[in-house]
Amino acid sequence: MEIIVVLVIIGALALFFVATYNRLITLRQRVKEAWADIDVQLKRRHDLIPNLVETVKGYATHESTVFQKVTEARAAAVAAGSSATPEQRAQAENMLTSALRSVFAVAENYPQLQAVQEFKDLSENLTATEDKISFARRFYNGNVRDYNTSLQTFPTNVFAGMFGFKAEQYFELADAAEREVPQVKF
Amino acid sequence: MTTDPTPARLSIYDAAAANRWRTLLLIAAFTALVALLAYFVGEYFAPGGGVAALPFAFAISIGGALVSYFAGDKLILAQSQARELGASEEPQLRNIVEALALGLGIPTPKIYVIEDSAPNAFATGRDPQHASIAVTRGLLDKLDRTELEGVIAHELSHVGNRDIRVMVLVTVLVGTVALLADWMWRSMFWGRGRDRDRGGAGAIIAVIAIALAVLTPIIATLIQLAVSRQREYLADASGALLTRYPPGLASALRKIAADKEPLEVANKATASLYIANPLKDAPAFFDHLFDTHPPIEERIKRLEAMD
Repeated sequence: MEIIVVLVIIGALALFFVATYNRLITLRQRVKEAWADIDVQLKRRHDLIPNLVETVKGYATHESTVFQKVTEARAAAVAAGSSATPEQRAQAENMLTSALRSVFAVAENYPQLQAVQEFKDLSENLTATEDKISFARRFYNGNVRDYNTSLQTFPTNVFAGMFGFKAEQYFELADAAEREVPQVKF
Repeated sequence: MTTDPTPARLSIYDAAAANRWRTLLLIAAFTALVALLAYFVGEYFAPGGGVAALPFAFAISIGGALVSYFAGDKLILAQSQARELGASEEPQLRNIVEALALGLGIPTPKIYVIEDSAPNAFATGRDPQHASIAVTRGLLDKLDRTELEGVIAHELSHVGNRDIRVMVLVTVLVGTVALLADWMWRSMFWGRGRDRDRGGAGAIIAVIAIALAVLTPIIATLIQLAVSRQREYLADASGALLTRYPPGLASALRKIAADKEPLEVANKATASLYIANPLKDAPAFFDHLFDTHPPIEERIKRLEAMD
């Protein structure tokens, strides 16, 4: 009789462990997939920048420091792309964003440049990419939040460490235009 | 750096799980409805004919479910005369769809345009990997960027929540039931039923068969409308969470409601797929029982309460 009770308890515990383990794996996998979405968009941004620099250079010949800065920032962001943590990457991307802003600020001084179709296309593409980065980031951060929350709540937190689950980092960009989250009431 | 960046988020994973059950329940309900209809009409023609008719009923409902699962979106898009956009057409629309799809973590759906000046939009497909979103020319012309974002976010929420599968299934099944009832109605009218002199039981079965032939399409439609109305509020809310800008969708709904032009390519079966009722002739009888959508003023009010 006691043996049956013990077996039932062991069985229930095993079931609980398996279910929790699988749930954490699923959540962590979602974080990884969401990160891949961000990665694609960041790479796209890196690919667009050399063309932009070349186009603007043709008109704004006396602004070499601005171009140098953005080229360096891009190189740093590309380098961070291969290995760095989300936090380090976000830092590199923030530098790149502010360097890009100064390129666009320079471009504003050249009305002929504003009329060039290639420049228009490039700046539109870059704006669209920034937009996509910000949405991909939102999805990623939401998944990180779900994963971290279930990692840190009882009773999962007791043994999550034993299985090697670690909290993931949020991807934070300095984005002044970020809109606030609306309150949903049902 | 660990401040919570996205506090209120309705998980599309939860909504998707709930919709899987809803799908099964719907198929069961429609199968039962068709079986009931077939049984009594079979009995009407010959004693014992009801049981003989059951295999046909099951074959038809399973066939209907399979067709709608694999080809329902294509049927609906074709019937709405939607044309798929080329890669370089409407870059603004494409950018909005791609960005918002990233925000939901779903693949970019195929984008279709309906050349009609009435502003409206719908999404369809069986899952996010096989999804399509259709907007009318009028929507592109009359809405500004934030409004368009609101509408697209609403439609993509339907995709992410797997509402689209439920809606396609319901649309095609309602069509199947209507067709079937119509066909049985005709065969009862022209065919020879049981002899009148067989007595009470025969008369009762005849009455039930006739009543079912009349009522089944109405019941099917009521199921469809109840399902679609309930999904609209949720898609409004999750769409607003996605764009972080509820006034965009609110203002879009206001413009769509103010536009009195009906959408030519929409019909009773597809009306509930659209973001707002495209038929514009909503009859007021039965106190909203037959409405395809919740009242637009109520939806706007809820969106305005969000910020």
